[in-house]
Amino acid sequence: MLLIDDLHASIGDTEILSGLSLEVAAGEVHAVMGPNGSGKSTLAHVLAGRDPYQVTAGRVLYDGADLLAMTPEERAAAGVFLGFQHPVEIPGVANMYFLRTALNALRRARGLDEVGPVEFLAIAEEKRRLVEMDRMLMDRPVNDGFSGGEKKRNEILQMLLFEPRLAILDETDSGLDIDALRVVAAGVSSLRSPDTAAILITHHQRLLDHLVPDRVHVLAGGRIVRSGGPELAAELEAHGYAGFDTRCSRELPAPIGSGR
Amino acid sequence: MTLAARTVSAHPSEGLQLPLAGWPSDPDWLAVARRGAAAWVTANGFPSAKHEDWRYTRIDPALAIPFATDTDTGRRTATGGSWPDVSLRDLLGPGLGGIRLVVVDGHFAPELSDHGYLPSGARLDSLHDALAVAPHRLEPLWSWHSNGYPHALRALSDALATDGILIDLPTEAVVDDPIEIVLLTVPGRAPHWSHPRIVVLAGAGSKATVVETHLGVPGQPSVTNALTQVVVDDGAQVAHYVIQDENLDSFHFSSLDAHLGHSSRFSSRLLAVGGRIGRHEVHTVLHGENAEVELHGLFLTGSGQHHDNAILVDHAALGCRSHQIYKGVIDGDGHGVFNGHIVVRPGAVGTDAHQTNKNLLLSDRAEVDTRPRLEIFADDVACTHGAAVGQLDPDALFYLRSRGVPHQEARALLVSGFVQEVLDCFADGPIRQYAERLVAAHLEPIMSAGRRGTDSASDSDSDSARDVSASRSRGGTAK
Repeated sequence: MLLIDDLHASIGDTEILSGLSLEVAAGEVHAVMGPNGSGKSTLAHVLAGRDPYQVTAGRVLYDGADLLAMTPEERAAAGVFLGFQHPVEIPGVANMYFLRTALNALRRARGLDEVGPVEFLAIAEEKRRLVEMDRMLMDRPVNDGFSGGEKKRNEILQMLLFEPRLAILDETDSGLDIDALRVVAAGVSSLRSPDTAAILITHHQRLLDHLVPDRVHVLAGGRIVRSGGPELAAELEAHGYAGFDTRCSRELPAPIGSGR
Repeated sequence: MTLAARTVSAHPSEGLQLPLAGWPSDPDWLAVARRGAAAWVTANGFPSAKHEDWRYTRIDPALAIPFATDTDTGRRTATGGSWPDVSLRDLLGPGLGGIRLVVVDGHFAPELSDHGYLPSGARLDSLHDALAVAPHRLEPLWSWHSNGYPHALRALSDALATDGILIDLPTEAVVDDPIEIVLLTVPGRAPHWSHPRIVVLAGAGSKATVVETHLGVPGQPSVTNALTQVVVDDGAQVAHYVIQDENLDSFHFSSLDAHLGHSSRFSSRLLAVGGRIGRHEVHTVLHGENAEVELHGLFLTGSGQHHDNAILVDHAALGCRSHQIYKGVIDGDGHGVFNGHIVVRPGAVGTDAHQTNKNLLLSDRAEVDTRPRLEIFADDVACTHGAAVGQLDPDALFYLRSRGVPHQEARALLVSGFVQEVLDCFADGPIRQYAERLVAAHLEPIMSAGRRGTDSASDSDSDSARDVSASRSRGGTAK
């Protein structure tokens, strides 16, 4: 489904991804783990089409198509979903209205009929119950004044609503209490099917206790440095990232007096 | 014809031909007031960039258009008038469900108006008739600036305004439906000025909503110099709206003066979308204790347009509250101005005054000047003011696009979210619906202009919510 081949990406003059390769087949859930600054979030944003990142080499194929040539909205229409680490607040736009606008944009792009307000109300209510989100938050502006956990529930609600084929969750588990973590895990599990896939980008093993991945990858220095089965996550939890090549690809200024 | 072809003298008042003879029907006090006002204009001239409050708004192009027109000689009626009645009716569109009074080129047009129910004792009249029938009600309104005018346009209204509307509400009178006043500017034989004047006298404990809609028939430049005076007596409540949708060749100057009595409430809401140069002044004096004023404004300034908002909130009594939010959306090479001034006078203890101006620049040629000012001469007050100039938040834009919302639709959604805070202050029902329709219609070209690719820079611009105070800002800040 997804083939990432020798991907190099920079922001400004700083290279953050340095030859990342990863293959995710339909029906699989992959976890990408790694220390801070290893390029995890950059990978998520590059896959979703965020602007300031420049892809300098490599390719990404999604169902055989050149993903990097697509606009963010085209990627969404094709079934790619990014769960944001920091969901954006949009004052003045009611959550319910945003959700319906986005769903209908996706449905138009996918050649489906739009959903009317009344019909949508029922669909949204069903998803809202699944993520156990306060009903009041549906009428508030998007993520505006939401707590961290409420924002993440809203992300999972969107994932369930938009029915992606490839869900990329960027640290969706960070800062969540155990109930919210359970909701996230249940949400991803409910999407699991032979035709869909997910990439869980995470710092901790916690989420993986609730949601056992097919493959675990260690991202360090902008590359996948090790891959394995679910047992790799437990090993990382026990021993940390020490021992991996965690060189930071960012050029740090030389210490004063280092003679460089 | 082009306005630029006309010569404007260096001293605009030089050679100014004001019809100073007055009108035979004028009562003596009015004739005196007119002569005094005209003399003030001749002596002081018109505001220029040297005047602090007019630093960003040029009046010269409007001065190229003559004051004297056939409308000055008396009001036109349907029988003797020259405007095509039927098409004007089409232009008016559906009303807001209550009384609708139509003023054409500054003159009341009864044949286009719809009268409705009024509480007993309430008077609703053309200003022309009121000057003849009840001049004592209007005399005080002509002496508000006996110590000197803030600028010539205000004086011109005293000198030249002959018609408009008087709304005179007795004590405890309540008018539930909005009173709609449509001020139309129609092309005449030549470009011309009009000076419509609206007076609202809200007796103690009375309650009313007044909606002024300024519409222009496209085709010719014109100048509107409108003045609205509102006296909100003790305990009265007046909600006032201005919808400025003049044609894009025209000049629109309007002033709203409100005097608030004890425990009275007044709100002013502005939606400005039209005109080539538009300036809307709001001047409120809170001279009764415990009075409250709310000022909300939204200006959508497109290419070739200039919108100036000059506001003075004068806290002159104990324990009054004022709250203002003005927002501007500026596109193309449009220019927005916010000049907000709060004065808390000695003795106005316990004043609670807040002022916010936020502006969204949609193009790298758009410009806004914002000057929030606060002058406090009293103790124990709570006052805040602030201004912000920004572009569409690139993070929010990406968030929406990543959810499948196409780029232009995402921009439109963010802009509508930005303006919603002001529209939410418009009364639920026909007024809000009218405002929302107008906003949607004016955002559509803004959005399709963006489609042509002028905004690629703003996509990657992280400078999205820079706080500024009293500064000049331009879009597309250097990165």
